[in-house]
Amino acid sequence: MAGLLKKRKREEGEIPTASMADIAFLLLIFFLVTTTIDVDTGIGMVLPPKLEEDVEPPPIKERNVLKILVNETGQVLVEDQPSAIRLIRDEVKTHIMNEGVDPRYAEAASKALVSIKTSRETPYDAYVGVLDEVWMAYFELWDSEARRLGYADYATYTAAINEQGGENAIREKIKAAISIAEPDKQ
Amino acid sequence: MASSHFKKKTSTKQEIPTASLPDIIFMLLIFFMVTTVLRETTVQVRTMLPQAEALTKIDQKRLVTYVYIGPRKLDGTRLGETGVQIDDALVEDMGNVRTIMYRKLIEQPKLIVSLKVDQTSEMGIVLDVQQELREAGTLRINYSSKRELPM
Repeated sequence: MAGLLKKRKREEGEIPTASMADIAFLLLIFFLVTTTIDVDTGIGMVLPPKLEEDVEPPPIKERNVLKILVNETGQVLVEDQPSAIRLIRDEVKTHIMNEGVDPRYAEAASKALVSIKTSRETPYDAYVGVLDEVWMAYFELWDSEARRLGYADYATYTAAINEQGGENAIREKIKAAISIAEPDKQ
Repeated sequence: MASSHFKKKTSTKQEIPTASLPDIIFMLLIFFMVTTVLRETTVQVRTMLPQAEALTKIDQKRLVTYVYIGPRKLDGTRLGETGVQIDDALVEDMGNVRTIMYRKLIEQPKLIVSLKVDQTSEMGIVLDVQQELREAGTLRINYSSKRELPM
């Protein structure tokens, strides 16, 4: 009898914690698997503000605009000449960096403009393909401009600018001016 | 002298203390629980994003509002006509885009509108939405697209 009492006293009321780590591991693995750290990527654009009724849009010289048309089947016209999507990049680069040499292209990089016009039936991926090429032209021009100034690429240049707190001279020189034109009314 | 020295060495425990292991794991667990974002909206249109090269990242997710444009998902795998979805509801009247976006802009002046548009959509509806965004004053947009796979 006395021995039984003694035994009871020795028993300790603890919850076994050896499996705690395993349980936590299971939960951890569940969250590791379900977590999707997906960064949203896309082509950034800034839309032009709404036009006031009585304000006329500023006059733009014809030669400073590179007109790109995309039709219903995704075919491309650059300055009324049939072209291909992969040729747009170089065309845009020569247009911007023309510096008034060729009368068909822009007068200066700061004045150059690229206009993309689609019809209402143009497939979206054709439009994105063209827009992508135009942006890539700008990216490559900014990169080469940054290399001319002695930086590795444009990203290091912007990082340096952010640190020093100066004006972004490259963007001042080569402005990304892409206009999305309204389709013609039928 | 030598024997006592040896004895001392053998008496030291060679185990790594595992008492703090659950705590470490719980820390990791809590980190992942906090960073996990569960999708709060069901997308009712199909958005197969186009591929592009000139991509920029949107770091600040709380500034972003999504506009989904694509063919409506019907029962099964059938697809309906093109629809526009903002948050968790389809927008039937295009004029409503303006008011919805205007309200969002007041709440978050630095709003970025991410357009998740299906590849096969036509430009007409995209341009209509953009026109409404201009009216609302939400000018920063982003054509959501995937990274081009190397050939």
